[in-house]
Amino acid sequence: MIEVDRLGRTFKVRGTVTHAVQDLSFGIEAGEFVGCLGPNGAGKSTTIKMLTGILAPTSGRLRVAGLDPSRRRTALAREIGVVFGQRTTLWWDLPLKDSFELVRLLYKVDRGVFRRRLDELCALLDIGDFLTTPVRQLSLGQRMQGDITAALLHDPPILILDEPTIGLDVVSKAGVRDFLRRLNAENGTTILLTTHDLGDIERLCRRVMLIDHGRLAFDGTVAGLRAIVPGEDSIEEVVTHLYLSSRRSPRTPPPRPAQDPPSVTA
Amino acid sequence: MVRTYVLLVWTWTRAAAQYPLSFTLMTLGGMVLGGLDVAVIWVIFTNTTTLGGFGLSEVMFLYGAACLSFATADLLFGNVDRISQHIRAGTFDTMLIRPVSPFVQMATDRFVPYRAGRVVQGAVILAIALSHLDVPGDRVWMIPVMVLSGIVIFTAVWVLGSAVQFLLTDAPDLTNSLTSGGATLTQYPLSVYSADLVRGVTFVLPLAFVNWQPGLYVLGREDPSGLPYWLRFLSPAAAAAMALVAALAWRTGIRHYRSTGS
Ligand SMILES: Nc1ncnc2c1ncn2[C@@H]1O[C@H](COP(=O)(O)OP(=O)(O)O)[C@@H](O)[C@H]1O
Ligand SMILES: [Mg+2]
Repeated sequence: MIEVDRLGRTFKVRGTVTHAVQDLSFGIEAGEFVGCLGPNGAGKSTTIKMLTGILAPTSGRLRVAGLDPSRRRTALAREIGVVFGQRTTLWWDLPLKDSFELVRLLYKVDRGVFRRRLDELCALLDIGDFLTTPVRQLSLGQRMQGDITAALLHDPPILILDEPTIGLDVVSKAGVRDFLRRLNAENGTTILLTTHDLGDIERLCRRVMLIDHGRLAFDGTVAGLRAIVPGEDSIEEVVTHLYLSSRRSPRTPPPRPAQDPPSVTA
Repeated sequence: MVRTYVLLVWTWTRAAAQYPLSFTLMTLGGMVLGGLDVAVIWVIFTNTTTLGGFGLSEVMFLYGAACLSFATADLLFGNVDRISQHIRAGTFDTMLIRPVSPFVQMATDRFVPYRAGRVVQGAVILAIALSHLDVPGDRVWMIPVMVLSGIVIFTAVWVLGSAVQFLLTDAPDLTNSLTSGGATLTQYPLSVYSADLVRGVTFVLPLAFVNWQPGLYVLGREDPSGLPYWLRFLSPAAAAAMALVAALAWRTGIRHYRSTGS
């Protein structure tokens, strides 16, 4: 579904060059649920923007649903749903249901199919109560439910989310997590999300990738991530350890273990 | 693409219709401002009988044509100059993940039809001017050609200015001054300006092809600056060339788009 091969992206800002992503390679199969961790500025959002066709890479090769994202943007749009936790993809001034109508027009979803899908999503995400509220008046949790609904109205096989749980209270967070888990299990939707919330990773993702300084520092199971620091059980401690050790020596990322270490059921 | 454009415009118009008072006020406001422009021309003519060698009806003809082209381009695509706002707010990222050209999305985003007031105004002034002029029947065809070419040229200028904003996100006012400057410039006969400026808007930024050159043909007038006669048939070519340059600049701009770090 997703193939990334030695992907790189640099930014030049007034003479200084930032290597936001460098030499990043991974693959994601259909039906996987992958979580992406990494400290602030690690290059997660830049990677997401390249996968969704917003940014063109400066080096390397990538394919999403068999398409080169930045060159085949319109074709790709039908294959992916995208959610940004930091800002909405909806329209501030419009009621939620008008935003959905605009999304329907943009994706040319048939009216009947659209209504059925919206009913399904409304029931699952429990958004029926605020469909007529302008997006600007929604709480963060409601807005996120609206954003996820909008991203799925055209029934994409891949869903990409950049920090979908940022700022959510525990109840909203549980709702979003539960929905994503069911979407992946029942619908077979391939999901890639970035997060700072280790709970997201532990509860949802069979596979975790850790990005640091634009490079892949770890790619494997949650159990495998835990096994990196022997004797340390809390995933939070393990990740803190990895972040800190990479800050001391940014050029040498921590050793990358075998793809699938023997999994220990937690 | 046209279908999507129309559907999006319709949806936004319906949204705007929920506030009929503000819609009416905005429309009237636009017309009052336009009316002031006309008043200026009137005042000039109370003191002299010609402007740059042209009589009142001829000036109104040129003014009406420029106004109609500009207002139509503004109504249909004027929103495109909000690009630096969209880039800074991150909404441009969102447009790039939709299966519709970001150009169409931007043109229709928060579309409000109040600019239609100025389109009507331009059309009315043009009609009045024509009723006072004796345009020979075999020259009338040039009038729609002229208005259409004008719409394309103004739109292209906007798109060019917007494309520049991909690279210089801090220069949002450039597009504005370029287009409204262009609109003001074309309101008067070009013969009131210096020869260098006339040459500039003929051969560099081809605003002379919005109404001046084809207008000379419709009015059957000599070119006061003595440029070749065949230039007055070149509006469609100038419009096509501008559209091509603008489209290339736009593509280049999107390829260099770098989003915002947050
Ligand atoms: N549009 C941009 N212009 C300049 N630098 C950027 C831009 N986007 C990201 N960066 C830089 O690239 C690096 C990675 O950023 P980002 O991908 O947003 O990290 P993350 O999402 O992991 O926090 C940071 O150093 C950031 O400042
Ligand atoms: Mg980020």
